[in-house]
Amino acid sequence: MFRYLQGCRGQRPSVAITIDGVATEVPADETLAAAMLQSGRLDLRITPIGGKPRSAYCMMGVCFECLVTVDDQPNQQACMTPVRPGMRVERGRP
Amino acid sequence: MKRNYDVVVIGAGPAGLAAATTCGNARAKTLLLDEQPAPGGQIYRSIERPAIADREVLGPDYYRGEALVRALRQSPIEYVSSASVWQVTAEREIGVSVSGNSRIVNAKHVIIATGAQERPFPIPGWTLPGAMTVGAAQILLKKSGIVADGAVFAGTGPLLYLTARQYIRAGAKVTAVIDTTPARNYRRALSQGLGALSGFKYLRKGWRWIREIKAAGVPVIGGVAELRVRGEECVSGIEYRSNQHWTTLQTEHVFLHQGVVPNINLTMSMRCEHAWCDRQMCWRVVTDAWGGTSLPGVMVAGDASDIGGAVSAQHRGTLAALRVLQRLALIDKRTRDSAAAPHLKVLTAEHRFRLFLDVLFTPDEQFIEPQDRQTLVCRCEEVSAERLRETIAVGCQGPNQLKSFTRCGMGPCQGRLCGLTVGQMLATQLARPMADVGYYRLRQPVKPIALGELAALAQPEAAATAPASYSKVMSS
Ligand SMILES: Cc1cc2nc3c(=O)[nH]c(=O)nc-3n(C[C@H](O)[C@H](O)[C@H](O)COP(=O)(O)OP(=O)(O)OC[C@H]3O[C@@H](n4cnc5c(N)ncnc54)[C@H](O)[C@@H]3O)c2cc1C
Ligand code: FES
Repeated sequence: MFRYLQGCRGQRPSVAITIDGVATEVPADETLAAAMLQSGRLDLRITPIGGKPRSAYCMMGVCFECLVTVDDQPNQQACMTPVRPGMRVERGRP
Repeated sequence: MKRNYDVVVIGAGPAGLAAATTCGNARAKTLLLDEQPAPGGQIYRSIERPAIADREVLGPDYYRGEALVRALRQSPIEYVSSASVWQVTAEREIGVSVSGNSRIVNAKHVIIATGAQERPFPIPGWTLPGAMTVGAAQILLKKSGIVADGAVFAGTGPLLYLTARQYIRAGAKVTAVIDTTPARNYRRALSQGLGALSGFKYLRKGWRWIREIKAAGVPVIGGVAELRVRGEECVSGIEYRSNQHWTTLQTEHVFLHQGVVPNINLTMSMRCEHAWCDRQMCWRVVTDAWGGTSLPGVMVAGDASDIGGAVSAQHRGTLAALRVLQRLALIDKRTRDSAAAPHLKVLTAEHRFRLFLDVLFTPDEQFIEPQDRQTLVCRCEEVSAERLRETIAVGCQGPNQLKSFTRCGMGPCQGRLCGLTVGQMLATQLARPMADVGYYRLRQPVKPIALGELAALAQPEAAATAPASYSKVMSS
């Protein structure tokens, strides 16, 4: 389980977003991938062929394992996308 | 952003920061673009707002970045953050996307300072949620102060112990560090002549770190010849083989690392000349001593051209800038050469040390080429090692043919996570040198952009009203 170190979460206000239709509070000023990982959501997408769960692998825009749908735009890199209030996120599905 | 610049620098790590600041301070009209929200690159990520207050956690090398970024803020250049460059043509037309809007800017000179990426680590289970790179774990730590307790760090290279130690200093629990550095590498590295002296100092520092890690109660396991990440839907453990004996550690998080390699997608797609480097086991853009490539007006600096680390990157950024300033006639040759001399001196020493590091951290073959048949080589298109070997066996001759037969390398990462593995497998099976096997033929855009963005570019007046079509454009 990912967690904030002591004193690191407090500095950040929360913003409300939805993940797969579920309302969630996540810290502002984070990438979507970091916010999802620390809230316990490791699997960010399901692969099209094997139907396997995948998670963020590089966190720097290289591997494209973190592709999610944001506000109806598919294939957004969660590790490069900052969280915004009201964002609607769906985990990547084939 | 304007339409025309003297210099456009891509990447705001140590190389790009030094290059852009040097150009700007000499009154060249300079634009610095970086896809991150803040300057610093990989090593100095979030340096203006570190998540962790205690400076002992990330250590003094990290805070070297403060001066560089301060110099950027004081320099008269235009810096645009969250700006992703998806194209650079041979005519130096740069396609850049900022918050979903793309534009083209023109540059008399381009300095590409896009840095490195971690080398692929294709072992069983590396695709399971819970397995990520050591660099990814470090990004979460630096930018956010986020850690995972109980993780296992596995692999080889400077970043392995560096990050494990940062983790422990931050107060995270670490289950173990598994070191895959082959024992013979130490002997070979210490026989590297002049580099061995600084190398020996480095080893002493490394041993101190290992002592500190062990003192925190974390086992450091060396001599490991095989690794398997275990789990069904996510990581449940890692198995390692040492002395013909398999051991399993329970963990939900495995952080993998075996060095970094230049980020070549941009320069390859531009058709700059590249060459295989046996010593660093990677493709590199061919440059002269200043960083000039085979294309006029296109320079490359820092880890994007040659893995040299942060200090070297910074000096090479300055050198590239001096060359550009002279070409722009803002300084003359004499001024350029006298300004370059101290940088060249540092680089000579840095280079000797790098020869030592390269030998020490050469990954072992079984971690470069998957031994297990089921291991996925191409994560995007889910292509296994077995599938690739079968296709090579029936007569496939090169990476591009392999791509069209198997779709390996055709997914969104554009071969970044499989290109080196595929080359190595072809070289072994066909008994041909890597240089001969070649690499994927890459095309632009090298970063995904929405169709709507491209359409808006073609009809600028319609940009404001164009309905965005959001399927991504990625060539293969
Ligand atoms: C994940 C990771 C972590 C590392 N951590 C350390 C460390 O802690 N200590 C250490 O000594 N070394 C570290 N390194 C090694 C590192 O490569 C060098 O130390 C140093 O950062 C290299 O400097 P650079 O300027 O060449 O590139 P970088 O610092 O990598 O900077 C390149 C910049 O270019 C930007 N960029 C890349 N492509 C594009 C594009 N298409 N459009 C716009 N911008 C782009 C990136 O966002 C990045 O900011 C790390 C490497 C990696 C990959
Ligand atoms: S985690 Fe690799 S691209 Fe986002």
